[in-house]
Amino acid sequence: MFGKLSLSAIPFDQPIIMGTGLVVALLGAALLGWLTFTRKWGYLWSEWFTTVDHKRIGIMYGILATVMLLRGFADAIMMRAQQAMAANDAAGFLPPHHYDQIFSAHGVIMIFFVAMPFVVGLMNLVVPLQIGARDVAYPFLNSLSFWLTASGVVLVMLSMFIGDFAATGWLAYPPLSELKFSPSVGVDYYIWALQLSGLGTTLSGINFVVTILKMRTPGMKLMQMPVFTWTALVTNILIVAAFPVLTVALALLAADRYLDMHFFTNELGGNAMLYVNLIWIWGHPEVYILILPCFGVFSEVVATFSGKPLFGYKSMVYATAGIGVLSFIVWLHHFFTMGSGADVNAFFGITTMIISIPTGVKLFNWLFTMYRGRIRFTLPMMWTVAFMVTFTIGGMTGVLMAVPGADFVLHNSLFLIAHFHNVIIGGVLFGLFAAINYWWPKAFGFKLEERWGKASFWCWVVGFYMAFMPLYVLGLMGMTRRMNHYANPAWQPYLIVAAVGAGIIALGIGFMLLQFAVSIRNRAANRDLTGDPWGGRTLEWATSSPAPFYNFAVLPEVEELDQFWADKEHKRAYKQHQHYADIHMPRNTGAGLIMAAFGTVMGFALIWHIWWLAIVGLVGMVGTFVARAYNTDVDYYVPGAEVEKIERARLVPLHKLIENVDPASAGQKVA
Amino acid sequence: MASQHGHSDAHAHGAHGSLKTYVIGFVLSLILTVLSFGCVMSGAVPQHLVMPGIVVFCVAQLLVQLVFFLHMSAAPGQRDNLSIGVFTLLIIAIVVVGSLWVMHNMNAYMIPSSMQMSSGSIG
Amino acid sequence: MSTSITANHGVAHGDAHGHEHHDDGSKTLLGFWIYLMSDCLIFSGLFATFAALSHATAGGPSGKELFDLKYVFGETMLLLISSFTFGLAMLNVRAGSRGKVIAWLFVTFLFGAGFVGMEVYEFHHLITVENAGPSHSAFLSAYFTLVGTHGLHVTSGLIWLVAMMHMVGKFGLNDVVQRRLSCLSLFWHFLDLVWICVFSFVYLLGVL
Repeated sequence: MFGKLSLSAIPFDQPIIMGTGLVVALLGAALLGWLTFTRKWGYLWSEWFTTVDHKRIGIMYGILATVMLLRGFADAIMMRAQQAMAANDAAGFLPPHHYDQIFSAHGVIMIFFVAMPFVVGLMNLVVPLQIGARDVAYPFLNSLSFWLTASGVVLVMLSMFIGDFAATGWLAYPPLSELKFSPSVGVDYYIWALQLSGLGTTLSGINFVVTILKMRTPGMKLMQMPVFTWTALVTNILIVAAFPVLTVALALLAADRYLDMHFFTNELGGNAMLYVNLIWIWGHPEVYILILPCFGVFSEVVATFSGKPLFGYKSMVYATAGIGVLSFIVWLHHFFTMGSGADVNAFFGITTMIISIPTGVKLFNWLFTMYRGRIRFTLPMMWTVAFMVTFTIGGMTGVLMAVPGADFVLHNSLFLIAHFHNVIIGGVLFGLFAAINYWWPKAFGFKLEERWGKASFWCWVVGFYMAFMPLYVLGLMGMTRRMNHYANPAWQPYLIVAAVGAGIIALGIGFMLLQFAVSIRNRAANRDLTGDPWGGRTLEWATSSPAPFYNFAVLPEVEELDQFWADKEHKRAYKQHQHYADIHMPRNTGAGLIMAAFGTVMGFALIWHIWWLAIVGLVGMVGTFVARAYNTDVDYYVPGAEVEKIERARLVPLHKLIENVDPASAGQKVA
Repeated sequence: MASQHGHSDAHAHGAHGSLKTYVIGFVLSLILTVLSFGCVMSGAVPQHLVMPGIVVFCVAQLLVQLVFFLHMSAAPGQRDNLSIGVFTLLIIAIVVVGSLWVMHNMNAYMIPSSMQMSSGSIG
Repeated sequence: MSTSITANHGVAHGDAHGHEHHDDGSKTLLGFWIYLMSDCLIFSGLFATFAALSHATAGGPSGKELFDLKYVFGETMLLLISSFTFGLAMLNVRAGSRGKVIAWLFVTFLFGAGFVGMEVYEFHHLITVENAGPSHSAFLSAYFTLVGTHGLHVTSGLIWLVAMMHMVGKFGLNDVVQRRLSCLSLFWHFLDLVWICVFSFVYLLGVL
């Protein structure tokens, strides 16, 4: 009836997990109680859970990612603490099996459930606004994508309290991840969480490619798109091209585990290295999926806060596209040591070095944009400068490891760990933080306060260098990754420094949450009435903050790059129209949420071998989709009169403001 | 690019065939299928030509069906589809050829006895 | 210019179900095409796996001993004919004859179901009679997974066909239904393309 599931699946003997579970249960109950008490359920359901508005979906992605950042970071600090303690005779506080789950969960969560949702959420929030669209191409699919990502999150979080998580590393290499060596449900949680969220990501990739190709505002040519939109386009193409391969690799692993097949087993002809090959065909494009949109963020930020157009727009676009294609022919550098021989290693080593060239082009473009600009060191700009320094270091250590001979020494050492945290924290995370500070006003209508943001910035930067520079040294000293315990006393001082660094990062995260809280409390003082708090150049700043649900009352007309800047210069911005047409909008729907809920049920049932429930989940998913296909009431029209009312409410005071304060532009300082 | 927003696009996308194109596509596919199977089953084809034959007839039939059943063309409304298709082809080539190259070389080096190879490639 | 375009939208949207900004056919078809390409990459991953493991028979039977080309030729014919009959259905969509559309979709369904039936029988035969199930060797795992994934796609195509026959009956050939039929048409022809690769590279090369 319940497959492998029984009460013994709950790890009562693990005080850390049970304690965490208790805290989560209490906080969860408090939240649910508060929502019920304040009667917020109806509001949440109708305004947020069922929304198809890309901006709100983007915000929900952001919240999801922030919550998971806390979870992933909790894992990180436990690992750092364990390694700082567990030298020689000391065993540390984490038993090996638990420690193995923690480093696996840390990697999975940080990549799939922090970085990916943040990036996808950011594209949701910004891309339609930047191209002057009213929504994405398929609003319902967008909602489904988000909720499928949430399904993955639910499964990963459940694994903490019911059963266990994979103890295999974040990519679950076989044969360790095969049934014979990982008989518990951990790897199954891994497989189904990633399959569900991967499906969501693929759908969202398709959605955004079509949105960008087909829904640009009249007149906007491809070469007039803001750079962030360009990076989003390339990223989504990479998603559509790379995620199917991940699906295949995980499906074959599942076939091995569930159907007794022999793709990657040790016996009967299976070949574990085939899995490694397949998963990295996805895995390398994946890191560019994460970093390219962040390159886009830095491009927007640098241009805005230097008060200049971006230097080398075209080279930026070609570099992005070049990186996109090259990212598909470097995957073997993750397993030079597999032994495919000198020809193969040389080929992939050289392609890896080549891919650093377009990245270098980008760095010079940002530097030349800043050169002789009137730079305003706001938070987004500070994150950008920190990124440029940090990412350069990370990139150079990466090129070092692209030399196959050097890689044989550094493979799976802490040098590698330092390298990829150097590029992912210094590149992706710093980029996302810049983006949060930059686009927050557009999402919520008020600016973030700088004070706590700056405290957070310095803690993050200092903490990052303290936590990861020692790991480079440790890697060169020969320490390998994923060690629960070690017997070399010379390593311990470095690991203690690294643990202190992680502690400083914790402060950085705390200050950032404080920054959000304080800014929300003081939002009245920080309102952005103009819609253009930074003196922006691109279309998203042309509409109000927060943007109305229809984004643009009249679709903007584009003739050049940085159209909004030109409009401000020629005093064409903020035009109030005589007549507003009706606007066609999609209706909210709960179908995405319901499908994802059935998907979660199916995943959970498959993990625990509850076959009847898995069938219920599958039928429920397909059934909901078919039922949705029969629903003909999926859209409506916003009357022009209502649009006019909303626009007047914004533009009339805005025009007064512009006349009173600064006739040249709307409240921002033009150089 | 502006034409992408026009309504003319909707028609271009739906570039349907006529009965004639479907019949031509069907007959050609039929012939190519028979040739493919005949290549192997008849025994009349010289051994070294069988594999190239299969590949050629396969590619030919793919093209026939793409043109006559899926109505692929270089027409303006189809250009998006075509370029996406070509890009996919590139990725497929990378995935398949790359994997086979990587796995073949690995197997060759893993099991020295199972494959004859020149000592030069080991060095 | 922008105002005139907006005005056009307003006019076009005057009727209750015109070409909507959100569901305009070209967008759906482009999106569906991109989905097919991603599906294509799933198959390319499976083909690469099959190719890499095609000699990993672990002492068990190889394709040469197992595959019956005459049978496969039969399957191929069924799928090819179904592709043609789907084309006839699409021609009738444009002609606007609802009854004929349903009839040709039904014929397509029959041939598709025949294909799936033959494949199920083939699998059943391999597992029970030949004693060559998917757990016997890496080669057989790869074979069953690749061919089976294609079979599952055809099966979902059959379910979609049933839904579309019902929708054509219920809603008539309106824009939404036509758009979905165009998508299904792409899907169905795409599955035939994949099958061409399957019979060429799995069966024909497999018996060499």
